[in-house]
Amino acid sequence: MNAWSNIKAIMKRELGGYFTSPIAYVFLVIFLLLTGFFTFTVGNFFERGEASLVSFFTWHPWLYLFLVPAVGMRLWSEERRLGTMELLLTMPITTWQAIVGKFLASWLFLALALLLTFPVMITVNYLGAPDNGVIIAGYVGSLLLAGSYLAISCMTSALTRNQVISFILSVMICLFLILAGYTPVTDLLVRWANPVLVEIIAAFSVMTHFEGFQRGVLDTRDTVFFASVIGFALFATGVIIRNQRAG
Amino acid sequence: MIKVENLSKAFGQKLAVNDVSFTLERGEVLGFLGPNGAGKSTTMRMVTGFIPPTAGKITVGGFDMLENPIPAKRLIGYLPENAPGYADMTVHGFLNFSAELRGIHGEARKKAVKRAVELCFLENVLYQSIDTLSKGYKHRTCLAQSLVHDPDILVLDEPTDGLDPNQKHEVRNLIKRMGEHKAIIFSTHILEEVEATCSRVIIIDRGSIVANGTPQELKARSVYAGAVHLRAKGVPAAALAEQLARIRGAAKAEVIREHDGIVEARVYADKMAGNVNLTREVAEFAAQQKWQIDELHTEEGHLDEVFRSITLPDTVKAATTEVAR
Repeated sequence: MNAWSNIKAIMKRELGGYFTSPIAYVFLVIFLLLTGFFTFTVGNFFERGEASLVSFFTWHPWLYLFLVPAVGMRLWSEERRLGTMELLLTMPITTWQAIVGKFLASWLFLALALLLTFPVMITVNYLGAPDNGVIIAGYVGSLLLAGSYLAISCMTSALTRNQVISFILSVMICLFLILAGYTPVTDLLVRWANPVLVEIIAAFSVMTHFEGFQRGVLDTRDTVFFASVIGFALFATGVIIRNQRAG
Repeated sequence: MIKVENLSKAFGQKLAVNDVSFTLERGEVLGFLGPNGAGKSTTMRMVTGFIPPTAGKITVGGFDMLENPIPAKRLIGYLPENAPGYADMTVHGFLNFSAELRGIHGEARKKAVKRAVELCFLENVLYQSIDTLSKGYKHRTCLAQSLVHDPDILVLDEPTDGLDPNQKHEVRNLIKRMGEHKAIIFSTHILEEVEATCSRVIIIDRGSIVANGTPQELKARSVYAGAVHLRAKGVPAAALAEQLARIRGAAKAEVIREHDGIVEARVYADKMAGNVNLTREVAEFAAQQKWQIDELHTEEGHLDEVFRSITLPDTVKAATTEVAR
């Protein structure tokens, strides 16, 4: 109960921080413009002639690659730069409450951005008769994907007080998580590596696990994968912060 | 309220704090003095639970800071060095946030924030964002944050840094007033501040405590403590120092200034002499010699001189006294 009220206080402050600065508005506008551009222009939404949001969701791993670290890069590096970390961590709260509160606030913000893409759902429903179950699964997968990237950004932002370094590091890690299971890359790897090994590497990729959601399959293994990426990255954040405090 | 036992902190090879022990009770104001980099801030960061010590034990209000940090932290209000604050928040929002994390809700929170705002004179900037504040206001905002839950213990790292003289005066009075029913530790570079507000002083140098006592006790260590300052007319300056040094209870004497036939001199007390009132001895001697005395008073000792003599390495000390002459 007490823990939750602490987490809530931190979430409230963090979310407020997005909206009192231009970050939130710039991000939302760019996110919506880019999703529109990729869905309709690059993804050939109309030429496909099918009532689905495949062309919408396909691009999310790539879109999030740059946008999510932009949201997450400030989470801890800003605290370190301003020195407010010292205030926050001498409050009667645990480090975990702070980490979870900050993460949830940013995740909620990303969920809001995703929610604002609802016109694309209306469009596809207006033009045809899509399987809305598949679309909902796509949204769930997309949210989990964003959460995984965000947790990784959270981790890299705890590493440094420099937001640029934090951004680049998390883009690199997320890129690896994409490429490990990206078909052109796996096709290349298969030529000179053991197929079993390639498959193991691909199992670590967000692509492999996001695919199911896009097809409307809510597989527990995929959900567990994203949940464990989030869990692991947040745990690592805690370890990094503890080590920094120990000096 | 605070008990620190054999506290040490090493950063890599460097020992920042070395075997520091002290206790602090309610009603005490403890001044932390020391040169830059002496380990004051590191000690405070350990006491407030921000960084864990390499060795040693911290007990706050009966709770072990390492094993049971949450109830221990609840008792403390902390003003970190440089008074950090969330740049994009308003003063009001920031204080509300602090109160919320302190578990103060609803009507009680409104009251707590209002009280902190009044104590720190923040009414004028209440809805300004923190990054637009001047240094003095920013500092007071962070101070207000440390007071919002009316804590039993206050840890203030340079609370008057960056304030103008009036604000310094206000904050000092505030510390003194609160010190009557709280336990307060604060660090400073300003020695007059220590004399004005502290009931006890700890001097830290290169990570270790080198002095611990009341400001009076520390001042008594000064070579100036108990010295007699004399200003007189019609005195032959040439032989004065020698004459004065022969007075009972005097260690040595020196002529400070000679101007228009008026001589100023200082007679240092011999601290081994026991129960001798040097001022009276000097006055009697002056009367015998029929000097016209303009001024005669006993000096209290200078804290800054004690501070220097304790914290400067001997080689540097020799050099500075050389320059002073």
